[in-house]
Amino acid sequence: MKKRNVISKKVRDISPSGIRRFFDILASLEGVISLGVGEPDFVTPWHIREAGIYSLEQGYTSYTSNYGILELREEIARYLKSRYGLGYDPQKEILITVGVSEGLDLAMRAILDPGDEVIGHEPSYVSYTPCTTLAGGKFVPVSTYVENEFKVNADDIEKRVTLRTKALLLGYPSNPTGGEMDRAGLKKVAEVAQRHDLIVVSDEVYERLVYGVKHTCFASLPGMQQRTIHLGGFSKAYAMTGWRIGYAAAREEIIEAMMKIHQYTMLCAPIMGQMAAIEALKEGEAQVEDMVAEYDQRRRVMVEGFNNIGLTCFEPQGAFYAFPSIKSTGLSSEDFAEKLLLEEHVAVVPGNAFGKCGEGYVRCCYATSMAEIEEAVERMGRFVKRHRKR
Amino acid sequence: MNEIFKILEEDARKTPQQIATMTGIPLSKVKGAIKQAERDRTILKYKAIVNWDRLGEGQVVALVEVRIVPQRDVGFDAIAERIYRFTEARSVYLMSGTYDLAVLVAGKTMQEVASFVTQKLAPLDGVQGTVTHFLLKRYKEDGEVLEVEKRPKRVPIMP
Repeated sequence: MKKRNVISKKVRDISPSGIRRFFDILASLEGVISLGVGEPDFVTPWHIREAGIYSLEQGYTSYTSNYGILELREEIARYLKSRYGLGYDPQKEILITVGVSEGLDLAMRAILDPGDEVIGHEPSYVSYTPCTTLAGGKFVPVSTYVENEFKVNADDIEKRVTLRTKALLLGYPSNPTGGEMDRAGLKKVAEVAQRHDLIVVSDEVYERLVYGVKHTCFASLPGMQQRTIHLGGFSKAYAMTGWRIGYAAAREEIIEAMMKIHQYTMLCAPIMGQMAAIEALKEGEAQVEDMVAEYDQRRRVMVEGFNNIGLTCFEPQGAFYAFPSIKSTGLSSEDFAEKLLLEEHVAVVPGNAFGKCGEGYVRCCYATSMAEIEEAVERMGRFVKRHRKR
Repeated sequence: MNEIFKILEEDARKTPQQIATMTGIPLSKVKGAIKQAERDRTILKYKAIVNWDRLGEGQVVALVEVRIVPQRDVGFDAIAERIYRFTEARSVYLMSGTYDLAVLVAGKTMQEVASFVTQKLAPLDGVQGTVTHFLLKRYKEDGEVLEVEKRPKRVPIMP
């Protein structure tokens, strides 16, 4: 065989995840407390699991409509109506996806032509750039700052708009910062989208996990529903990460385009997960509220703990992450994460994994038991004392 | 404020300082609320849920259905009081349905429980009859599953 590149240039150009190497270190250590996870520590509430099991017993093992089970789409339409006053036609404007991850991929592939630009805020979820690239687009990052609680500034977005800008990509509440946009800030972003005729892809997978504030759904802002691809899911709110069920809601033309890709690449989301998701929407509200209350307590303990040990941390209002500054140690975020893991057996994710401006921070997930959070903060306190910049 | 008691109900060893951090309620208010609750018996007691089976000292517990004749003026209360004053009666509830009082009785041996029911409980004035159900196995106690549940591990690092 002639020597040539087996792997496409497109894929070769995607930089490997900086997190992978931590796996090897982790595997060699005992007694690690991981604040590096990206999912709830709750098991899916039993009644939802039971609905999944029951669906198997009843023989629900087939494909579903490419769009997903109609009853689930109807429940989602009802939910978006009652929670945010949004009207979506469950027949044509909602698509069930394999997690929000697939929804994001479909959205990008459906709207981007080669060279189109997508403006997104950083630090932000790791798949935003590669998903844009793989769809042929170019991700244009806009930095956000702790002074502004990592909210994205509409003026900063507008400065990056060019003739090639096709879309904005928003991810609030934010993984990794825990920052949440307020309504006024989102309205300004909406004005930019309006002025430059941009599509807005809004990843709101953490919408239910907010603390002391009310989440504003971007699509619910005046005039925005038509230009928004709303991405939602079950993973975070209902502790259903492994079921892989998400959804996209947008105008018919867009959903049809996304469905076209979905039917050829994925066909449909797993039926058992869809059946469980119906149960989640119908009967799961109380459990969501209980879990949110629990996260809220852990959030306070972690944030106060970090501030007490000299890792300055703003108060996150959403998701389940704290994003403390590690600048008092003088270490880079990767060095901090690696040394902390080796010396104190606490795993965190370096902030630069989420974009250049995440340097100087680490992401710590508080979806772990209170006892582990307290122990982790103590260990990190020892670590910081040892490594404080002189 | 109810949040304070939810936390204590889940883990009575949480300190006022920890509760203040968890809830964002000022420490002095947390302390005040707990003091007040202890005074007015909103908090009845702090105790541990012990799995005695693990210590080889499993207790014998029976749920006793008691049918009673209500009395003029005091209804079921007077006879309920005569029953709950016995230390063997761990819990006493007035029930709707085919019997009146549910009494949880605990003892070291089956004989001990049986003798309490036959010697003390059944002969009481006003008690019409009893049905005793012995507890065979505990699966869940006060919201806690007794067997340690094995849980699959989460991926420790995930973006």
